[in-house]
Amino acid sequence: MTPARVTEPALLSVENVTLRFGGLQVLRGLSFEVRAGSISSLIGPNGAGKTSVFNCLTGFYRPNAGVVRFLGQPIAGMRPHRITRLGLARTFQNLRLFREMTALDNVMAGLHCRTSSGLVSAMLHLPGQQREEAASLQAGEHWLAFAGIAHHRDRAAGNLSYGDQRRVEWARALATQPKLLLLDEPAAGLNHDEKERLIALIRRVREELGVTVLLIEHDMGLVMRVSEAITVLDYGQKIAEGDAETVQNDPRVIEAYLGREED
Amino acid sequence: MARSFAATLEAPGVRPTLIGLLLVVTILIPRFADNYVLEVLTNAFLYVVLCLGLNIVVGYAGLLDLGYAAFFAVGAYTTGILTSRYGIDFWLTIPAAVLCALGAGVIVGGPTLRLRSDYLAIVTLGFGEIVRISARNLSITGGASGLVGINRPSLFGWKLVQINQFYYVFLILAVLACVVSFRVQGSRIGRAWRYVRFDEDAAEAMGINRVAVKLYAYMLGAVFASIAGCFYAAKMTAIAPETFSFAQSVLILLGVVLGGMGKIPGVILGAFVLTVFPEVFRGIGSLRLLVFAVVLLLIMLFRPHGIWPDRRA
Repeated sequence: MTPARVTEPALLSVENVTLRFGGLQVLRGLSFEVRAGSISSLIGPNGAGKTSVFNCLTGFYRPNAGVVRFLGQPIAGMRPHRITRLGLARTFQNLRLFREMTALDNVMAGLHCRTSSGLVSAMLHLPGQQREEAASLQAGEHWLAFAGIAHHRDRAAGNLSYGDQRRVEWARALATQPKLLLLDEPAAGLNHDEKERLIALIRRVREELGVTVLLIEHDMGLVMRVSEAITVLDYGQKIAEGDAETVQNDPRVIEAYLGREED
Repeated sequence: MARSFAATLEAPGVRPTLIGLLLVVTILIPRFADNYVLEVLTNAFLYVVLCLGLNIVVGYAGLLDLGYAAFFAVGAYTTGILTSRYGIDFWLTIPAAVLCALGAGVIVGGPTLRLRSDYLAIVTLGFGEIVRISARNLSITGGASGLVGINRPSLFGWKLVQINQFYYVFLILAVLACVVSFRVQGSRIGRAWRYVRFDEDAAEAMGINRVAVKLYAYMLGAVFASIAGCFYAAKMTAIAPETFSFAQSVLILLGVVLGGMGKIPGVILGAFVLTVFPEVFRGIGSLRLLVFAVVLLLIMLFRPHGIWPDRRA
């Protein structure tokens, strides 16, 4: 074991990431870090490039330049399913559930990368495959219960209320057993009670499961309450970072959100 | 009406009873039916295997395959060539045919399954034609007139010759195809096929390798068709390239879509409609094809998800 360091190593580090779509500069040399065990937020006005950051982290976009390290390993340009296997899970801004399938089937999608049975063992109903199926079923039910929607187990995901669909998505992401969970606007469309439960859930994910959380969110009240570190983005660049108080009082952040006062 | 039928099927105990009853009836049929009826039903069982195989590709994984008959041809020609030219025992040609089909599946599917499925349709269409035209022009496949003198298989010293023997052979194949389809559809890979079919990106984000998962479906479909091809060659003792034309691929696809993609009983029903309908209406001569076409159009107009009722969610 290495002697205790003053600062913990970053779980995720983004170094000088640049992303272009043709002539459009989406991210301009963006750098930031996410500390293991933290709850962090990525905020910024609409079009600042927040979701693009998530897409770069999860393999959906390949950055034009820069390095993304997860657990010390470079992951930029890796295929999404391999990144998920490494332990980086995400939810989508616009729900991306398998709407025709049941809530349980949705959550079991997350278990795919932690199980291994193939076709031949399924055809022959080999004991190993049967055991794995039973364990998957149990794990699926466990994550549904964790997200508080065990009672919707057999309903088609598309028929659930919006808030419950969000929970199915969290359960599905948690089922991949991530080390880092990326939540893209988790509070969008939720009412006050649901937001309170979301905050509790985010904290439980960190306290009980030891999962690091990075969220994109527009609800500033929620961001300021849960996050220990905030990175502020504008026009694809980092304009501020720090804890809630530092960021709230930063003149560049105020300018980005409210505009500059005319002299 | 259809809904109440679906509800009846979902009731506990109904399904196993129905399946058992159906099996007993199919096993007893050769005691009463004449050779013509047995010939038609045997053909229907062959199409059940083919349609269930294509159902894995089209129904489960959502890949449009327009050259499925190519894998049927690979199986039939492997058995045909190995038994008639090299005198190899029929049963040994089955693993050889499966290996050939898997190889062809990897060669065609490997590079193209990375693309969107529209491209796959074009590539498989081309593959189907390549196989048929190769079979027509190579000397080892017997050219346009095909292969003759394919040895009939024997089982425990019995040579399979009569139609009632082949009836049972194809019945067993069809039942095996059902069991494999059913087990696979509810398995880890079976679920992965559905995830990828509904939303490729979300499936990828869940850690599912969409290319690999699609390739599994494509290859399993190929295995079904090649095994069907082996037994087809053994039953017919002669095969010709025109059996494996584009029209054949379309016919199999028709059976899948007609009955209801992704639904095993629907696909079985589709295969039966495909083979039994033209026979029942043989009396009206070539008009039957017109009637068949009209019936197909009506079914697609009024039941676009296939004849078999959808499961309630």
